Amino acid sequence: MIELSNVNKTFKVAKRNAGFTEAVKALFMKKYEYIHALNDVTFTIRDGETVGYIGPNGAGKSSTIKIMSGIMAPDSGECVIDGRVPWKDRKAHVKEIGVVFGQRSQLWWDVPVIDSFELLKDVYRIPFDEYKKNLNRLTELLGIGEIMKMPTRQLSLGQRMRCEIAASLLHGPKILFLDEPTIGLDAVSKIAVRDFVKALNKENRTTVILTTHDMQDIEALTDRILLIGNGRILMDGTLDELKSRNTSKKTLVITYAGEKLPSVERVAVVKDIGGHAELVIDTGEISVAEAIAAISAAAEIKDITVQGTTVDEMVVSLYKEFKI
Amino acid sequence: MRQYLSFFRIRFTGGLQYRAAAWAGVATQFAWGFMTILLYEAFYRSSPDGFPMEFNALVSYIWLQQALLAMFMPWFFDPETFDSIVSGNVAYELCRPCDLYGMWFVKNAAARLANTVLRCFPIIAVAIFLPAPFNIGAPANALCAVLFPISVLLGFAVMVAISMLVYISAFYTLSAGGIKVLAVSVIEFLSGAVIPIPFFPDAVQTVLNLLPFASMQSAPFLIYVGYVTGKEAALTIAVQAFWLIVTLIGGRAWLKRALKRVVVQGG
Repeated sequence: MIELSNVNKTFKVAKRNAGFTEAVKALFMKKYEYIHALNDVTFTIRDGETVGYIGPNGAGKSSTIKIMSGIMAPDSGECVIDGRVPWKDRKAHVKEIGVVFGQRSQLWWDVPVIDSFELLKDVYRIPFDEYKKNLNRLTELLGIGEIMKMPTRQLSLGQRMRCEIAASLLHGPKILFLDEPTIGLDAVSKIAVRDFVKALNKENRTTVILTTHDMQDIEALTDRILLIGNGRILMDGTLDELKSRNTSKKTLVITYAGEKLPSVERVAVVKDIGGHAELVIDTGEISVAEAIAAISAAAEIKDITVQGTTVDEMVVSLYKEFKI
Repeated sequence: MRQYLSFFRIRFTGGLQYRAAAWAGVATQFAWGFMTILLYEAFYRSSPDGFPMEFNALVSYIWLQQALLAMFMPWFFDPETFDSIVSGNVAYELCRPCDLYGMWFVKNAAARLANTVLRCFPIIAVAIFLPAPFNIGAPANALCAVLFPISVLLGFAVMVAISMLVYISAFYTLSAGGIKVLAVSVIEFLSGAVIPIPFFPDAVQTVLNLLPFASMQSAPFLIYVGYVTGKEAALTIAVQAFWLIVTLIGGRAWLKRALKRVVVQGG
């Protein structure tokens, strides 16, 4: 159980304009600006949930993760995870969590991955049997049996990320924080990571909190979305709720005989070039079947595709809606 | 304890890999040791009365200094530790259920010890068989022989504890370059690494002996050669223990403070 209430965090950032004179000026008078990274952030996450934490760059996602993992203390507000305040009871807290920072590495660069694992075993004081069991399961699920014997520096990004995730889970944590785990990965590795997280959540009831810019991650993994922008929680709901906000719009892509599509009532034309057209309808006004009937009455349709809004588009429209 | 042992092991075995560097180091230390000894010999010849200790005692001091250089060199810093602070990788280290100060202390001590193990034996072995008075002599007396290892360990710990302070300063400055240069120069000069402390004017010596810097290499080496012995040696060790406790407690408290206001760099 993760409970955050009214969490605030402000950073002081030195600022100056470009140029030499400005740099000299800054020597004597430094200008600071206060950035409110987190503003009254409040939410509760139950055990076993998978939550997608989304928002544009600099919205405060990583700051929240840092607070929840006990690395950083907020200026004010409360955060209680399984009855502990992370930054006050850091050592006890971090035993129960696993963290993957997609942009950093926790594996020793020069030694085989398995050596890093062995070290983590001692660091977390994992009993030998449990370590063996977890390691076997992780190597099987993540397919890292052979990779493990190679030094970290010789691994590809996808291979390394799978090892990073395994490293974060050796001690069997109850909560897993994934900070952009699929950044820069190819399709195969992305899917491997997603499948693994899904299985982990299902079998072990591990709570997963995931920040990402990849909406397919969100779609594949999470049942709940938290949207943060400018340090505020703007939306807290399920993926379906988010979809239902947008699903009234459908896009029809058609290929037809002729040069120009005659206008059809209640169908908006987005694009119409040389026999290819992109149309948008609002299913509240006209059903897809009616629209197709109306269009085929007006022109000879050769091909037609109906598309819903992608999650990416939904998020863009959300960002627009909240002006972030 | 188990965790610290593991950190020690991974860092120590890592350090043992650099054998070519160690041989180069041994060669450098020999050259440097001889040069220094020849320089002091010239001084000794011109005025033996101006020397605060026997010539052979000084030679032993210099060979010990060269053999144990990696333990006491003030300019050695673990780049990994600085990197982790500046790049924000310290985030991962903070996610571990262990004490950050202890972890860094052990890593540093291990790296220094690995270097020492590789270098000290060839130097000592050769220095023993050099013709007198250019050889390393035996400990001045039985008491010195007993107190020397204790004093070496204390001095080594003080050295690491003081370099920890430089690491922690990186949380505030983000580039420890300046502080590093400053700290290294001060420590080198005041710890007797450039000129042994007995060669300083008396008044200066009194002050230096009370500072933490004399508790690093100077204390054990002077005990070994018998310049400091008996009651004085016990007192020296007490001063070392005092500084070790002060630097450990101070460093820990400072790191705790730094972490409270820490901004883990990067997204």
